[in-house]
Amino acid sequence: MQQFANPTRFLKIATAILPFVWGITIVLFCIGLYGALVTAPPDYQQGETVRIMFVHVPAAWLAMLVYSIMAFASAVAIIFRHPVADAAAKTAAPIGAIFCFLALATGSLWGKPMWGAWWVWDARLTSMFVLMLLYIGYISIWQSIEDPGRAAMIARIVALVGFINIPIIKFSVQWWNSLHQPASVFRMGGPTIDRSMLWPLLVMGLAYTFLFLALHLVSMRSELTARKIRTLLITRGGQG
Amino acid sequence: MTALLSLLRRDLILATRQGGGVGTALGFFLTVLVLLPIGIGPDQVTLQRLAPGIVWITLLLSVLLSSDRIFQQDFEDGSLEIMTMGSAPLELVALTKAIAHWLSTSLPLSIVAPFLGLLLNVRTDVIWPLLVSTMLGSIALSMIASIGASLTVNLRRGGLLISILVLPLYVPVLVFGMSATSGMADIVAPSLLILSAIALASLVLAPIASAAALRAYLK
Repeated sequence: MQQFANPTRFLKIATAILPFVWGITIVLFCIGLYGALVTAPPDYQQGETVRIMFVHVPAAWLAMLVYSIMAFASAVAIIFRHPVADAAAKTAAPIGAIFCFLALATGSLWGKPMWGAWWVWDARLTSMFVLMLLYIGYISIWQSIEDPGRAAMIARIVALVGFINIPIIKFSVQWWNSLHQPASVFRMGGPTIDRSMLWPLLVMGLAYTFLFLALHLVSMRSELTARKIRTLLITRGGQG
Repeated sequence: MTALLSLLRRDLILATRQGGGVGTALGFFLTVLVLLPIGIGPDQVTLQRLAPGIVWITLLLSVLLSSDRIFQQDFEDGSLEIMTMGSAPLELVALTKAIAHWLSTSLPLSIVAPFLGLLLNVRTDVIWPLLVSTMLGSIALSMIASIGASLTVNLRRGGLLISILVLPLYVPVLVFGMSATSGMADIVAPSLLILSAIALASLVLAPIASAAALRAYLK
């Protein structure tokens, strides 16, 4: 972890691996979408509509994963005070927010034909909605506080305090009576989903993860470069 | 310890003598309570069904909006900075100020609120469970509000931002507070227990977050 703390070295590593990450992302999406749209069988109850699952579920996984990454980066930032950790948390938030929005939107599109309702206020949907609010709140902190150092300190706390929501989301279908599908993949006793649907789902999950990685690296590059520019402007302002 | 007790006493005296404390929060509570039947319609059956939820939500909003005075005045005139140099750690100072807010604003409001539910035709057998749940929940409400207050203590348009940060954290309190009024015996007891657990956890964890946020602003 310590070796990535140097922004310049991080930028070099990021620039070097980025083409490979994009390449892997595209390959994984090709495999995953082929599996999702062609090889996976239609559901015996839902028919072809079940294929929304391959878009909806990985988006929801990523929304939670990205928030966990934000919280982890914030914890690293508190302990080690790396500016790269702060930049990692700051840049991950908008990407995670979009994944969260995708999950809510595709879920809504799935729910209308399946449940007859665009939205229900059950535990899983409500806690994902709350996750969206937590993302918005976190991004607002960075927008509202002018001093970047102070904004970073406050944002770390906000990310960590909101992390309590992640286990609530995960276990919401277990703890409360929910209309939403209960845990079928990540559960004690192994997945209950059929293998023909499981592998495209996992490949799509991996594809989404690499997509996040690629977007995150691009975003980190611009964030770290912007910081360098800001520092240069300040020091030049001091001299001139 | 005596330092903290005198801080508590000072904050309570300030809250009661200055304006803008529980009186204003109560005024806000009543105002929202007037607006809701106008918006929902005067049908007594609907209002009776919605009454516990309306009481709880209006209580949440009132506590939230009165919370900026927990730290802001002392931050602005420099007293908070002096308190950090005292014998007590900043975490305990934050805890004391949040408890002062609870005693002066949240708790009185939470005691009065269920009875104001009578304006919404609330069922009389719901009032006592509602009272217990709001009183228990008011601790968590004040503590979580103190986190929001500390995160936005020096911001100009902090009011809306406090709401976005704090209301998601209020959701569990609201969920269990409402299920405690459901009337079904096997739900009420666990709900009150979980509500107490949230209150106790917030008593411990909220001051840690508040102190960290205040330190960021005091630097």
